[in-house]
Amino acid sequence: MVPGEKRYGGDMAVAGAAPGPGAVQAGAVELLNLPDLGIGVLLPELALLVNTRALAYAATHGRVLPPTQPPFVALRFTDRTALAGELLTPGAPDRQLYVLLALFAAAAFDTAAHLHTAVAIRQRHPGLVWIGFPAPGADGLWRFPDYSYGRRLASEHPLTTVGGHPA
Amino acid sequence: MSVTERTDVLVIGSGFGGAIPAYHLAAGGAEVVILERGPHLTAPDFTHDLRLGGYTRIVDLVQGDGITVVAGNCVGGSSVVYFAASLRAPGFVFDRRGSLGHRLWPSTLTRAALDPWYDRVEEALPVAEQSWDQVPYPGGLFAAACDRAGRTCNPVPVAVDLARCTNCNWMLNGCHFDAKRSMLLNYLPAATAHGAEIRPLHEVQTIAPATTPGYRYRVSYTRLDAGDYRLPVGAGAIEAKTVVLAAGALATPVLLQRSAPLLGGVPQAVGRYFSGNGDRVSIADVDEGKVRDLLGLERAPGIPYQGFPIGKPIGSMSYDRLDPATAEFTRFSLQQIYFPGITDLLAQATDAPATSWFGVRKKELRARWPSWLSVLAMTEDDNEGVFGPPPPTGSSTRVATSLCLSTLSYRPTANTLRGWAAADAEARAVLERDGLARVRPWSENAAGSVSAHPLASCRMGDDPATSALDERGELRGHPGLFVTDGSAVPTSLCVNPSLTIAALAERACPGIVESTAEEGVRARYGAPVPR
Ligand SMILES: Cc1cc2nc3c(=O)[nH]c(=O)nc-3n(C[C@H](O)[C@H](O)[C@H](O)COP(=O)(O)OP(=O)(O)OC[C@H]3O[C@@H](n4cnc5c(N)ncnc54)[C@H](O)[C@@H]3O)c2cc1C
Repeated sequence: MVPGEKRYGGDMAVAGAAPGPGAVQAGAVELLNLPDLGIGVLLPELALLVNTRALAYAATHGRVLPPTQPPFVALRFTDRTALAGELLTPGAPDRQLYVLLALFAAAAFDTAAHLHTAVAIRQRHPGLVWIGFPAPGADGLWRFPDYSYGRRLASEHPLTTVGGHPA
Repeated sequence: MSVTERTDVLVIGSGFGGAIPAYHLAAGGAEVVILERGPHLTAPDFTHDLRLGGYTRIVDLVQGDGITVVAGNCVGGSSVVYFAASLRAPGFVFDRRGSLGHRLWPSTLTRAALDPWYDRVEEALPVAEQSWDQVPYPGGLFAAACDRAGRTCNPVPVAVDLARCTNCNWMLNGCHFDAKRSMLLNYLPAATAHGAEIRPLHEVQTIAPATTPGYRYRVSYTRLDAGDYRLPVGAGAIEAKTVVLAAGALATPVLLQRSAPLLGGVPQAVGRYFSGNGDRVSIADVDEGKVRDLLGLERAPGIPYQGFPIGKPIGSMSYDRLDPATAEFTRFSLQQIYFPGITDLLAQATDAPATSWFGVRKKELRARWPSWLSVLAMTEDDNEGVFGPPPPTGSSTRVATSLCLSTLSYRPTANTLRGWAAADAEARAVLERDGLARVRPWSENAAGSVSAHPLASCRMGDDPATSALDERGELRGHPGLFVTDGSAVPTSLCVNPSLTIAALAERACPGIVESTAEEGVRARYGAPVPR
C-alpha cells in the first residue's frame, strides 16, 4: 500500500519498490496487532487468504513462483500491485476485508495510529516525517498563531445574505 | 435485571436533533430523559492524538454498500466532532422536486419560513462570521484561486468562539479548548439545568406501545460497556408520553424498522430516500511556485503555502454555482475543507482507478502533503440510498473500534453523477487554471462515495407515499413519536446541513410541547434561547 525500501539485504517481504520507509517501517504490523483493534488473531488466516489469491494470480498470468517463499511475497512488485488492485476493486469477493487491511496499513503510515501522535513526532515516526506533519508545542498540543494570509483574497458573492449565507 | 421507568418525554440521541427539543421540553416544565449510545466526554478528554482508541471512541466510520459515512458517537452527537461550518440552505433547495417531479419539502417550508428558526439557532450556538484575516491559509489560497478564475468566494460562518480558537485543526477529535460551540456548551447544559437527565452508553433497540395507561410508548435499551461498545452490560425500558427520536440519519430509520412489528407498521418511506448531501471531496496537489507567481501569496519568507494542516478545517467557499435559475442536479457549493490523515488513503495519484490510491506514485504524492488543498462539493443528489433489513442490535454491526457495517446501499443515479461531474469540472476550472494544481476526486474504489452529512432516511413532506413524517415532524400514524434529526431533512442541501437540522428541530418544538401537554403534562412552550 505504501511501498518502502528493504529493511535489510535479502528482505523478501518488503519489495523495495520505492525509496524511503514504507508502511511496514511505519508500524503497519504493530498496528494490526494492537489489542484495541482485536484482529491480531485473524492475521495468519488473512495471510493464507492473500496467498491463495496470489497463487491464482500467478496461475492465470503465467508466473512461475519459487516454492521457497509464500506466494504473495514471491510475486514481483508490479504483480503485487495489480493483484492488490483486483482484490480491492468494488464487487471483488472479500473486498471489505482487504479494504480494512489497506486502511490500517495507510493509517500506520499517515497517522502512526498505533502511537500517541506527540510521541510519534518525538520518535521521528517515518510516515509523519515523510508527509511533513507539523510538531506540537511544548505541552503536546498544536496551536498555529500564524494561520492566515490576513487579507481579503476574493470578492464575496453579490447575493450573500446577512450573516454570510447564500441567498 | 430489566426495570421499567416512566418519564414525560424520552429523547433518543443527543446531537442537534435531540439536544434542542430536550432543552425546550425541560425548560417548559416536562420531565425529560435523554438516552445516548455513546460516552459522555468533555474538553479535557478531547486530545490531540491520532492513536486508535482516542478519537475512535467518539467517531464512527460506517461502511455501507457503495457509501461510507462518518458520524459522531457520544453525548452531543456529531456536533462534538463536526467542523462547525454553519450555513443556511439556499432558497431553491426548498423547491426541489427530485426525480419524482413534485415538491419534496412540505409546502409550508421555505427559506423565509425557516429564517426565524435559523436566527434562533445562530444566536444560541452562537455562530460567528469569519473576517478575511480569520480565514486560514487553505481558505485564503482557495479564495485567491477563485478570484483569479473569475469566481467569487466567501468566508464561511462557523459555530466557533473565534477568540478562543487556536487554529489547531483537530476538530474531529472534539475541541480541547472549548472553542467549538457543540451541543455540550449550549442546549445540553441548558437542558440539564432544567432537570433533563442524560444517560450515556444507553443504546435504544426498540420503540413499542406502552402498557401503562396514560403513556404512549415504551422504549427498550441496552447499556454498553465503556471500553468495548460491542458488549452489552445491562438492559432496561422506559415508558414515555412523548418520544423524540434523534439518533441520526444512519440510526433513526433502523430503530423504526426494528420496531415496525411492535408498532403495527411504520410508513413505507422509513429507511428509503437517504441522501449523502451530494458530498464529493477532491484533493488538489498544489504547485508552490505557481501559488507565488500566479496568486502572489507568501505566508512566510520563501514559503508560498504549505498550509494544508493549519487552521480551522473549513475557511472559505464559493456560492457561484448556487444559481436558482439553473437546472436541478447541476447546482452545488464548493468549499475548502481539511480532513485528518486517516482519509489520506483516498487521495488519487494517477488516473488508473484500480491502483490510483496506493503504491509508488501515491507515496510521492504524500511527500507533498503540506501542499495539498482539499475541496468539498455539496451537490443535489437523488435520495437514492436504501436501508436493508435491520441488524440484530443498534443501527449497524460494529466490527472493530469505530468501524461499523451498515445495511445502507447507495447507487448514484445519472442525476447524481451529473452533479458530481459538474462539481469536478468546476474544481478543475478553478484550481487547475495555468497549472496551479492537479485535482482529482477521492477514490471511490476503497469506500464508495464518502459523506459526513447523512440525511433524509425518514423524511418530512406532504406526500405520505414518499415521506415518513408530516410537516410537524411527527411519524405518520404514530401520535407523539417525533423525528427531529438529519433523517427528517427531505433532500440534500447544497451546503453543510447542521444549521438546517438545528433550525428544523427548533421549528418542531412548539408542536412537540403541545402534543405532550395534550397528554396531561404541564408543559409550556416559550423558553428563551439558551445561554
Ligand atoms: C467529521 C464531521 C464533520 C462535519 N462537519 C460539519 C460542518 O462543518 N458543518 C455542518 O453543518 N455539518 C457538519 N457535519 C455534519 C453534522 O455534524 C451532522 O449533520 C449533524 O450533527 C447531525 O445531527 P443529528 O442530530 O441528525 O445527528 P447526530 O448529531 O449524529 O446525533 C445522533 C446521536 O444519536 C446517537 N445514537 C445513535 N443510535 C442510537 C441509539 N440506538 N440509541 C441511543 N443513541 C443513539 C448517536 O450516538 C449520536 O450521538 C460534520 C459531520 C462529521 C462527522
